Amino acid sequence: MTTNVIEVNNLEHKYNDLKAVDDISFTVKKGEIFSFLGPNGAGKSTVINVLTTLRKIQKGEAKVNGYNVAKESKEVRRSIGIVFQMMCIDYEMTVFENLEYHGKIYSMPKNERRNRINELIKLTELEAKRNTLAKDLSGGMKRRLELARGLMTKPAVLFLDEPTVGFDIQTRMRIWEYLRKIKREGTTIFLTTHYMEEADQLSDRISIIDHGKIIATGSVLDLKNQLGEDLIYLETSDNKAAAGVLKTLESVKGVNEDTKFLRVMLEGDVTHILPKIMDKVRQNGIEITTVNIKKPSMDDVFIHYTGHGLRGEELEEQHENIKIAEVLK
Amino acid sequence: MNFEFRAVYWREMVKFFRFKSTLFSSLIQPVMWLAFFGLAMSKSFDKLTSLLPNTPGIPNVDYLTYMGAGIIAMDVLFSSLFGGTSLLFDKKYSLLKETLASPIPRINIVMGIGLSSITKAFIQTGIIIIFGKLIGMNFFKGYDIIQTLVSVVGIFLLVGIFTLGFFFLSGSIAITVDQPEGMQSILTLLSMPLFFISNALYPVDSFPEVLKFLSIFNPLTLLSNGIRYFALGTNFSVMGGHYIYTTADITMYFMGLIFFALVMLSIVLWRFDKVDV
Repeated sequence: MTTNVIEVNNLEHKYNDLKAVDDISFTVKKGEIFSFLGPNGAGKSTVINVLTTLRKIQKGEAKVNGYNVAKESKEVRRSIGIVFQMMCIDYEMTVFENLEYHGKIYSMPKNERRNRINELIKLTELEAKRNTLAKDLSGGMKRRLELARGLMTKPAVLFLDEPTVGFDIQTRMRIWEYLRKIKREGTTIFLTTHYMEEADQLSDRISIIDHGKIIATGSVLDLKNQLGEDLIYLETSDNKAAAGVLKTLESVKGVNEDTKFLRVMLEGDVTHILPKIMDKVRQNGIEITTVNIKKPSMDDVFIHYTGHGLRGEELEEQHENIKIAEVLK
Repeated sequence: MNFEFRAVYWREMVKFFRFKSTLFSSLIQPVMWLAFFGLAMSKSFDKLTSLLPNTPGIPNVDYLTYMGAGIIAMDVLFSSLFGGTSLLFDKKYSLLKETLASPIPRINIVMGIGLSSITKAFIQTGIIIIFGKLIGMNFFKGYDIIQTLVSVVGIFLLVGIFTLGFFFLSGSIAITVDQPEGMQSILTLLSMPLFFISNALYPVDSFPEVLKFLSIFNPLTLLSNGIRYFALGTNFSVMGGHYIYTTADITMYFMGLIFFALVMLSIVLWRFDKVDV
């Protein structure tokens, strides 16, 4: 057996004429948290649906826990746990009953089932809610119940589709804690998210996915290091002209234009390069209004690779959350 | 072999006993049918038909007893027809997702819920038989213990097969349509002809030929006749008509209902196969 829990080669998926997934290949190693980061509609859920055998694979090859998703869907299903994007627990049943039902449909013998339920209720700290109807749980607790359910069968890999979408930041951080705990217990996790912060906080490795394609894969650190150690943010009287000028400098690896500012990636030490940059810009008659030096964030990484931010509203929501997260830190 | 339908059955029953309102209404509904509809109808019918001559030497059956069989059939028809509605809500609120994504074949879902429909139908049938006895419904008249037992088993068998058939039908609709309103209107449309083109409430002898012909194929007729075979005997008269049921007849009722249930089963499995998670 390989240590790769998921192996995907040249996966393609179309809805009518629309290519939702376009020639994707990646592997997920045993014991890691692997994230698909990308905007809504990037093809993340399609990949999850194919890997969990909920959608028939159209083109390419995918293996989960060593089983081929096209030919061994039953074995694949026995190997995995799924937490869907949409909440789907039975509100009219208790925490215990929801887990009991899951264990039953996966043919777990009674003793094993009951032991596992006890373990998981403890892990997700739902002891006091054991006999509470699911509808009376808070949103975060419902999600924890879903996590527990996904883990009932001790899956080789747990799939999470946007696990914290729609939650406030405190609840989100709580859920992250549980996910880390689950990882420490040895479960491999594959998750999709459009929250930079989530991918950043949780993942061992990330694939950035946009328009159905994987644009970059690596550890958070690797991806960030691609952008150099520091980034300079410049706001000038004429960003376009300034970008043109900076691109000619040897110590500048790249320049992204954002709506208000320029993001300058460096080749080398910021303390030496910054004065040169400022001189060069001024020499060309462009006024610099603000300068900011910062370490690359996942935002920067994402923009670097995709050439755009997470689209529209999500981006704003994202910034909002990052701000809150920073305040909380 | 998969036994996971038991899990689905367990879940259905937990919820059946949890929702006090549905539990109560499903228990009280058969009593109401008998108490209000049954008594009212039988009084009027008995008054109208009292002048009709009885066939001499043949046991005469009063209308309430005759109709009792039909009331069981109708009550079971309505509860199984609407039995699929829960499936529609499960689908709507993505509750089905968990089970559909599991390794168990989808027939387990159908059989699990079907079994719970049968349980509910048995409870209702039992209530009608017992409550009916109290208000003068003369089932199993002159039977000894063994005969009564055999008859009860026969009735429950028929009711079980019938319930499965209509639950499968209802489940196919539920899994196909998206809106509860759509389901509601289809069910209403279906139940109307089923209900009236049958001999559940009255003999079909004086129906127009076309309706009489159609009524032969109505599962509700098959069930009503089958129950009468077991509950009223093979030879009786009611409302001036003389009825004889033979072994061939009862075999045909069973075969007809089994055929109906199998056709519906294949439809529901086909519809379930199409469901995307």
